[in-house]
Amino acid sequence: MSECIRLAHGGGGQLMRQLIAEEFRPLHGGGSPLHDAATIEPPGGRLAFTTDGYVVQPLEFPGGDIGRLAVTGTANDLAMAGARPLHLSVAMVLEEGLPLAQLRRIVASMAAAARECGVVIRTGDTKVVERGKGDGLFITTSGVGQVEASRPIGPGSIRPGDRLVVSGDLGRHGLAILAIRHGLELEPPVASDCAPLWPAVERLLQAGVHPHLLRDLTRGGLAAVLQELAEDSGCPFRIEEGALPLHPAVERVCDLLGLDPLQLANEGRFLLVVAPDQLEAAMAVLGPEGGVCIGEVGRPAEAGPVPDVVLRTPYGTQRCLPPVSGELLPRIC
Amino acid sequence: MTLLTGSPVAADAPPTRVNALAAELEDLASRPWTLMEVCGGQTHAIVRWGLDQLLPSGMRLIHGPGCPVCVTPAATVDAALALARRPEVILASYGDMLRVPGSDPVGGADLLGLRATGGDVRLLTSPLEALSLARRHPDRLVVFLAVGFETTAPATAVALLQARRQGIENLRVLASHVRVVPAMEAVLSEPDCAIDGFLAAGHVAAVMGLGELQALAERHRLPVVVTGFQPEELMQGVVTCVRLLEEGGCGVRNAYGAVVRPDGNPQARSAMEAVFEPVSAPWRGLGTITGGALALREDYRRFDAFPLLDPPGPTAAAPEDNPCISGRILQGRALPSDCPAFGGRCRPEHPLGAPMVSSEGACAAYHRYRGAGIPARCG
Repeated sequence: MSECIRLAHGGGGQLMRQLIAEEFRPLHGGGSPLHDAATIEPPGGRLAFTTDGYVVQPLEFPGGDIGRLAVTGTANDLAMAGARPLHLSVAMVLEEGLPLAQLRRIVASMAAAARECGVVIRTGDTKVVERGKGDGLFITTSGVGQVEASRPIGPGSIRPGDRLVVSGDLGRHGLAILAIRHGLELEPPVASDCAPLWPAVERLLQAGVHPHLLRDLTRGGLAAVLQELAEDSGCPFRIEEGALPLHPAVERVCDLLGLDPLQLANEGRFLLVVAPDQLEAAMAVLGPEGGVCIGEVGRPAEAGPVPDVVLRTPYGTQRCLPPVSGELLPRIC
Repeated sequence: MTLLTGSPVAADAPPTRVNALAAELEDLASRPWTLMEVCGGQTHAIVRWGLDQLLPSGMRLIHGPGCPVCVTPAATVDAALALARRPEVILASYGDMLRVPGSDPVGGADLLGLRATGGDVRLLTSPLEALSLARRHPDRLVVFLAVGFETTAPATAVALLQARRQGIENLRVLASHVRVVPAMEAVLSEPDCAIDGFLAAGHVAAVMGLGELQALAERHRLPVVVTGFQPEELMQGVVTCVRLLEEGGCGVRNAYGAVVRPDGNPQARSAMEAVFEPVSAPWRGLGTITGGALALREDYRRFDAFPLLDPPGPTAAAPEDNPCISGRILQGRALPSDCPAFGGRCRPEHPLGAPMVSSEGACAAYHRYRGAGIPARCG
């Protein structure tokens, strides 16, 4: 076997069969991956179905890699629908020249993440593109899960007075990636929070908590999610800035670079919107480090302009949540 | 102001040191003083934390010209765009500069847009990265768009000192470094200037020391207080400045002693002085400021990128046919919300002027943290 990916690995011949049989062996979770389609037993009840593409540079970073992201990310999307993740498909686009050793590490990491998430990778696809036509490796994962939440979860269920809870500290994944891209040497390094979310959601459901909404705080971070939900629900959101959980290093580096930690991506955190009488139960399930109440849903304003999301600072003053503007650029000085 | 209904989640937080300083200010101020915070980083922090909402009634903090991105002339951005279109050029700059539009408001061209259409534009966090880019790409010409006050000029100087020592031939800079004290002088020389005192930029003072500020304070008989950028540091600066005013005093006070030494950073200054010399130059929105910029000294002109242009030098920017009132905002004569385009035609994703682009720009700060429904002051 050569030491890096060659175009012939995508040609459908012996080399491709060898790649799938040898290198992707850790992913073979069930069924026959060489068949055109996997057959799965319908679990009964409602299904959740999702798909997501993963493009990240670098491919490996402190706390994770593109493979772990691709598995946990899709499993987490299912969890946010109140669904237990069950089956995954994986499509990989490999760039000519990708070192096989790196691919092996990423595949092993995907297999480990699948075990953590309790999902089985049932089927997949492999393509190879010419050098310069990809970014090393792109992964697309699709997933099927069984809905275990008994009530609808979505913006339409949000009510004034609901409490807003985040499941842990914010911004670590985004900062970990940004630090590597800009050559910032953080000491100690900030590791991504990349992790499966279903275990926490399952505990919530088993404790009888009915989430009005669950949303993983990925691209655009908490800021994008709050902005979107406030608009969709038609209710203003009120946040206590002093309650927002931030890792001290995230806070310091963001301050230094002029970045907003609320706009940084997370890969192992979610927002829970829950009725006030269920707050205590939810917090008990999530524990002191995994459940932080950051604010509440207000009533739609009767008159005058009201920002969608208002943050009350620790000094009793108020500010808006900044709009998320896409590319994060560090400031000059 | 419109308040959201519903009970707050947390009980009212205990008063912080910032609130204690605000209470002290309330007792101290016998009249509505007007202070200018010079630096965009200070403006950002003031609006971000809503510190102006804690000031005594009538007292004003007005925003100064200290945003390096905002004051970079459009002609310089045009020059960077022109060079970035050349296939042999790698155009590098700080993140904020990549989104600043050139002088053509219709085209809306900026360096990020140029990158999307094939230009080789790189985001750097230090000029030394430009030097290493030049070393890694000997067949290309690396042009660094170097902007900023005395905070970033020393780093540009160090990169050029090293480039000269190492005989690097393929590095050029579009130098647009500016000096803060001449800008303060220009603001004070306006006939209707209403500024009673300054909050001076801590980062610049950390390099330059207190000497220039002392001379300015004495010339104009007003207080200048060097502050940091944290809410507590800024409020301490305001209290110190108002106390001086109430006592009828003037001069410089250092409320950022942990970072700023009276003589600044002599090594940084010496590198800057070896490479640059003060010149008079135009600032975007403010006109020509005497001694307001830094130009390459003769020994370093071989690194100047402006002569690469045809015609050489910064091109005359086309007239800016847009309603942006950035000049008045940078002089503290108008608030961002006074601009007819603010939040409408002019937004961060489609800025008409530099103060809406930079994370340190006053318009961007207002747009980010004020929006609709949160006025500058409560009560």
